[in-house]
Amino acid sequence: MAEYQNIFTVVQATGPVQHGVELGHGNSPRSGKPFLIHLFGRLGNAQIGPIYLGGLGLASLLCGLFAFNIIGMNMLASVDWNPIQFVRQLFWLALEPPAPAYGLSIPPMNQGGWFLLTGFFFTASVLLWWARVYRRATELGMGTHVAWAFAAAIWLMMVLGLFRPILMGSWSEAVPYGIFPHLDWTAAFSLRYGNLFYNPFHALSIVFLYGSALLFAMHGATILAVTKYGGEREIEQIVDRGTASERAALFWRWTMGFNATMESIHRWAWWFAVLCPLTGGIGILLTGTVVDNWYLWAVKHGVAPAYPAVFPAVVDPALMTGVKP
Amino acid sequence: MKPFQGLKASSGVLAVLAVSAVMLLSGCERPPMESVQHGYRGTGMVQVYNPRTVEANQDIHTAPVTLPQAPGNGPLASAVYKNVQVLGDLSVAQFARHMVSITSWVSPNEGCTYCHNPANFAEDSKYTKVVARRMIQMTQHINADWQPHVAQTGVTCYSCHRGQPVPSQVWFKEPDQHRGADFIGERAGQNLAAESVKLASLPSDPFTPFLLGDLDIRVSGTTALPNGNRHSIKQTEWTYSLMTHMSSSLGVNCTYCHNTNSFSSWEGSPPQRAKAWHGIRMARDLNNEYMEPLQPTFPAERLGPLGDTAKINCGTCHQGAYKPLNGAQMAKDFPELLKSAATRDVVAKK
Repeated sequence: MAEYQNIFTVVQATGPVQHGVELGHGNSPRSGKPFLIHLFGRLGNAQIGPIYLGGLGLASLLCGLFAFNIIGMNMLASVDWNPIQFVRQLFWLALEPPAPAYGLSIPPMNQGGWFLLTGFFFTASVLLWWARVYRRATELGMGTHVAWAFAAAIWLMMVLGLFRPILMGSWSEAVPYGIFPHLDWTAAFSLRYGNLFYNPFHALSIVFLYGSALLFAMHGATILAVTKYGGEREIEQIVDRGTASERAALFWRWTMGFNATMESIHRWAWWFAVLCPLTGGIGILLTGTVVDNWYLWAVKHGVAPAYPAVFPAVVDPALMTGVKP
Repeated sequence: MKPFQGLKASSGVLAVLAVSAVMLLSGCERPPMESVQHGYRGTGMVQVYNPRTVEANQDIHTAPVTLPQAPGNGPLASAVYKNVQVLGDLSVAQFARHMVSITSWVSPNEGCTYCHNPANFAEDSKYTKVVARRMIQMTQHINADWQPHVAQTGVTCYSCHRGQPVPSQVWFKEPDQHRGADFIGERAGQNLAAESVKLASLPSDPFTPFLLGDLDIRVSGTTALPNGNRHSIKQTEWTYSLMTHMSSSLGVNCTYCHNTNSFSSWEGSPPQRAKAWHGIRMARDLNNEYMEPLQPTFPAERLGPLGDTAKINCGTCHQGAYKPLNGAQMAKDFPELLKSAATRDVVAKK
């Protein structure tokens, strides 16, 4: 049984490495001669390459590289070009958005100009990569499900860095590029807008986030558990249920009364994953633009419960007369 | 596939994982922690303490033994000594007791001559004497006028000094970052591991805007829907930074003062929040009225990198305890520190 619980791939089918299907007119040739690495095969497929770079991929990488370098050089400059401090404080360093006073105008380079430039290149890089994912899928004759799932993540990213700052009238609302600083931004966002946990779209997003993890665990476990009956042949079992499929389905009916099918489980998983950033993005977009204090919003709509008073009543001292300012 | 091959490989990986986990956790405090409920059950209103840290810091938060009271009869200090501008209405014995106490609180190693010229105790030639006089007035001002914060417990010199000429936790204005040609690398006053905010990447000098200036600390909306509140997220980070300083200075969690539903809502807030509100105003008042005006008095080596005086924040007095010296009632043994100079003048005239 141990080999089924192993995190490493147990079966490595090796054969002649292949370049893949013929590509149509207008495609660039694929780069690199494919080869096998056994250790990679322990985690996924042993075959490495060929890679398709193409115009979109190249443009995306270049834009990404620009963004990455602008962020890095700003971080390095912020510690006075000291390489030791750069490594030591890397998680603390950041490229900050412009100050609120600049609104939606273009600030001087060191007062947020670099940030906007990075945002432009970063967004271009991601959108170009999206186009590449879409086009590669169609060229292979696949559906475009991966591209649309990626688009859901891009939606959240662009809400945070582009759509919401524009609606708020200030680039300063965007997220800084930095490890800890973007986490501070997240906490400050919740503090400013009265506790994001009362934002129903935030709640929905968490449901789909945790739900995705749960579904992934259930599905992965189920298929591994019926592998010895051929359960990993999921696609053909959509129409031709074998004993693996039947056992897996019966197991879930026994334990929870209802089960997915070999087809539906993948639709559930895709929608759960996609809805996580979709709903999250809606929640972010509404914050500050439509709702200013989610706690008070939740009180107003009967969402936030009232708890029994355990402290003596506290009055805001700023409202009392006779106190020092 | 041999059945044990995979297991061997995975045990090697597990060992690497275990070592990395230990390295990652090496910066953490070890369990168990003590958590104390501080609000309605199930609302996350708890204070978390590391009992080992509390134990180790016990000495810092223990008040020293005070000298026995001196007789109040006999001639007044102001009549016997020259240049007595404060505490002159004490008897000579009481005055001596106070001076001995101050020495043990502030300059136990340096002795009387830390402030006084041994040849002439009355003269003001040492800057320390001038500062000490102003600090006595400040202590009286705190005890008389800032009772919303210090209550009847009050403060003495020891509350902050703890046997040192300069209290261990003071702050100076932060020098601006070196910008070169101001072309690249703006930090906007944050994004370094700053001691002042417990190594967070938050703005590292929340004191200048809030404990010297009086910029808005409140950033949250007061209505559910947008109603003209233009406080930005960046500004919120400055508030967050001040609050982090308060939390670490008092050794408490956010929920010591705030309720978990809404940090901005006063309804359901612990009463400590009102105390803290007055504390912020008190620190601001003392910095502006007492510390900053002493700037010309201090020699250069006592000033900060920008030439400003050492100033007060929450940590100056609290030093990690929710109540300084764990609430020890030290000031009541020094009634001369409980009345402000203004009050004493009135009493003297009567």
